[in-house]
Amino acid sequence: MGLLSKKDSKLILDPLADNNPITIQVLGICSALAITAQLKPSIVMAISVLFVMGVGNVVISLMRNIIPSKIRIIVQLIVVATLVIIVDQVLKAFSYALSKELSVFIGLIITNCIIMGRFEAFALGNGVWRSFLDGIGNALGYGVILIIVGFFRELLGSGTLFGLKVLGDPVEKTGLYAIGYENNGFMVLPPMALIVVGLIIWVQRSRNKALIED
Amino acid sequence: MAIDTEKNSYTVIFAIAMVVVVGAILAGLASGLKPLVKANERYEKQQNILYALGVNNNTGANDVEFIPTNIVEEEFNKYIKKQYVIQGGEVTEDDEAYLIDIKKESAKAKNPDYERRLPLFVGEKDGKEVYIVPVRGKGLWDAIWGYVALDKDMVVQGVYFDHKGETPGLGAEIKQRYFMDDFTGEKFLDGDVFKGIKVAKGNNDPKNTIKDDHEVDALAGATITGDGVSAMLQKDVRMYKSYFDSLN
Repeated sequence: MGLLSKKDSKLILDPLADNNPITIQVLGICSALAITAQLKPSIVMAISVLFVMGVGNVVISLMRNIIPSKIRIIVQLIVVATLVIIVDQVLKAFSYALSKELSVFIGLIITNCIIMGRFEAFALGNGVWRSFLDGIGNALGYGVILIIVGFFRELLGSGTLFGLKVLGDPVEKTGLYAIGYENNGFMVLPPMALIVVGLIIWVQRSRNKALIED
Repeated sequence: MAIDTEKNSYTVIFAIAMVVVVGAILAGLASGLKPLVKANERYEKQQNILYALGVNNNTGANDVEFIPTNIVEEEFNKYIKKQYVIQGGEVTEDDEAYLIDIKKESAKAKNPDYERRLPLFVGEKDGKEVYIVPVRGKGLWDAIWGYVALDKDMVVQGVYFDHKGETPGLGAEIKQRYFMDDFTGEKFLDGDVFKGIKVAKGNNDPKNTIKDDHEVDALAGATITGDGVSAMLQKDVRMYKSYFDSLN
């Protein structure tokens, strides 16, 4: 990458692969279970978290020298909460149906431990630009997993992608359904999200043995 | 000069300043976006009322698709011929009756001196007049609400239910087609007596072919939400009984 120095591009690329917040650090699992039954909310969640983490890391980094260390966790919490309320209000104004669908999960971004984790571990001790990259990188790493899980759960569970019937119509028996294919209703339920995440972890670790802990 | 960020006085000042700044940002944002949010809420009500009337964008057998927001206002004005507010037996026409907040009205109605305002929407479907009444009640976790479309004999023409926080897969199923569609054709009246419609477990008519048993088949695992639907229909639709009496 010519645009970024090697050290900076590592900040973005690491969380996408070998230091992924979900599959390696096992953070943010609850939201990965909750909203990935379909692809569209997964993508919206990924974008929302991208916004909150990118801006949040910058804000915390800007304030890192003036935040009293005694109340730094509260300050971080306020920053996340403020950004989440902004996302929530903007969705309510411009994408009402989606905001209804995501309802409590937008609020749950506040409790997403990836965000607080990056604030505390990175933004408090690093400059603005590097914090921004770190936030974007981690949010992308989180988003990629959400989208992969959402893709498989919607495809196998409902036979659709973005609500489009890509595998044919299960009622009219067209496409794949004509030859006896059935949707796996279990994929729509939360436990399967965990299993899909588990499968991703398995694939990732079997490709890169260095990630396996004893 | 370096600031001593460890001092208590600094911490307090920082906290106060932060609260003021954040408060200002959020208050500004919320009031700036309010008109848009309000409009969305209004469209949603119109969509729900039209859905109960049977005006929707459903294509597949399990779809619950509303009229798109960009044309809902127009469609609403086309299908809903009249809107009334019933207050203490008096019926007045009011073009914004659908904006009445049912939750606030029922809270105010706890005061015995207050005559509750009841909105009623008259629509037309297949050349027949249909009366749509809003209902609101309690599910297991939080509020449930909906709209019930009735003909003049209080026979259900269509319903729409929604909920705030029922369990996905169990109570939340009240907004699924297979549950809502069961209500169509059910009768609230037994002769002249108001009986309501019950969401019944152990229903001996699970396919819902008998339309005058005042029962629809319950959702497995959602007893309390189902009871909430029964209670909501019993309580809120009953308030309109005298109006329907006056129609015949």
